Amino acid sequence: MTHDHHTHDHDHPHDHHHDNELDPFAARVKALETILTEKGLIDPAAIDAIVETYEHKVGPRNGARVVAKAWTDPEFAEWLARDATAAIASLGYTGRQGEHMQAVFNTPDTHNLIVCTLCSCYPWTVLGVPPVWYKAPPYRSQAVINPRGVLAEFGLKLPEDTRIRVWDSTAELRYMVVPMRPVETDGLSEDELARLVTRDSMIGTGLPLRPGSLSPDALWPPQDVSGAAT
Amino acid sequence: MNGPHDLGGQMGFGPVAPEIDEPVFHADWERRALGVTLASGTLGAWTIDESRHARESLHPATYYSASYYEIWIRALEILLERHGFVSADELAAGHKIWPGVTPQRVLHPGDVAGVLARGGPCNREVEAAPKFAVGDRVRTINEHPSGHTRLPRYARGKSGVIEAVREGFVFPDTNAHGKGEAPQHVYTVCFDGRELWGQGGDPALTVSIDAWESYLERA
Repeated sequence: MTHDHHTHDHDHPHDHHHDNELDPFAARVKALETILTEKGLIDPAAIDAIVETYEHKVGPRNGARVVAKAWTDPEFAEWLARDATAAIASLGYTGRQGEHMQAVFNTPDTHNLIVCTLCSCYPWTVLGVPPVWYKAPPYRSQAVINPRGVLAEFGLKLPEDTRIRVWDSTAELRYMVVPMRPVETDGLSEDELARLVTRDSMIGTGLPLRPGSLSPDALWPPQDVSGAAT
Repeated sequence: MNGPHDLGGQMGFGPVAPEIDEPVFHADWERRALGVTLASGTLGAWTIDESRHARESLHPATYYSASYYEIWIRALEILLERHGFVSADELAAGHKIWPGVTPQRVLHPGDVAGVLARGGPCNREVEAAPKFAVGDRVRTINEHPSGHTRLPRYARGKSGVIEAVREGFVFPDTNAHGKGEAPQHVYTVCFDGRELWGQGGDPALTVSIDAWESYLERA
């Protein structure tokens, strides 16, 4: 597996954009918040509470718990397949951008991939707010026409005869992928299993980590590991 | 509308370039942009469909050169002006100048957790029985409305199969323009890769969209 883009990121032509440019836009947002606060239309403390929610409380660890439970509890897995909104709510994950959920299960024959070509629809209740690449034109444009090429960018090469099912989130249903349980995980607890479930494996751009194979490859993408604390 | 947002199948945007150790936010202004956008939505003046339409109505050159939070803020300024909450001179000055209209509600800090945990379900009762059933062959309409629609261009005039019959949902094409919720049944429709992309399409690819009933005709 090659991950040249890890170390050669600076070689990418920067004709795409990231959200990390600290620019005059910071002043523009500040001005807008000031106007709205002065007019009594927003309360800055409410803004703080929203940010706190999505920075520290709602994130991919929610989804990982859903997946780990589905791996260990066949009844829950069946419920999740039949009525994902209710099954996920039973773990306490409800609300904005997760009002109408469907879980889609990877099988040996079919790999699922989630995208929103029209905007940035994403299952916030289980995965938090979407990463920059999910909202940006390269992913949104290519996921439906060249999903294998997209997966290769994530270091994921599927057999050619593996069917790829792309779910374009064009309405108000929000999808999460339930990846297949990795091999050699028989003795693991639900908590231990949840630590193997990466964010990308629930979008479909990755696979779960494998226990005991903590090579740099296995840790890709590393942000999922660091996110485990939340 | 055939806007810049309708990206499925377009080419030339370069690599996806997933980021290593990506933080939830890349700058403090992104935190505020998220919070201000969500809090302003609770004023009750516009729907999620109207806000999506405001984003996709940005000039393509602006849309493609903006980060997503920037798209949100630019569209939010338009919505706030359109609904009388702020004025252009206030945006230029960065301070309140006029009283502005009174909102339906203002989000208080103590209500944030409840509001986010409730979300905004947009399923609605539809009295009519669904027109299509699982397994039906359908063709998507080939229409190019100038207003909001959620039928992406790459899936217009294509034949597919109904995989799931969903509940009734608010119809974005009317709701985005203040013309009512007019709910319709929604269907998950599957297309073969080659139906969408021709002989160069991946033979092992299936793409689905979620389509409102009026986007579909019996094939």
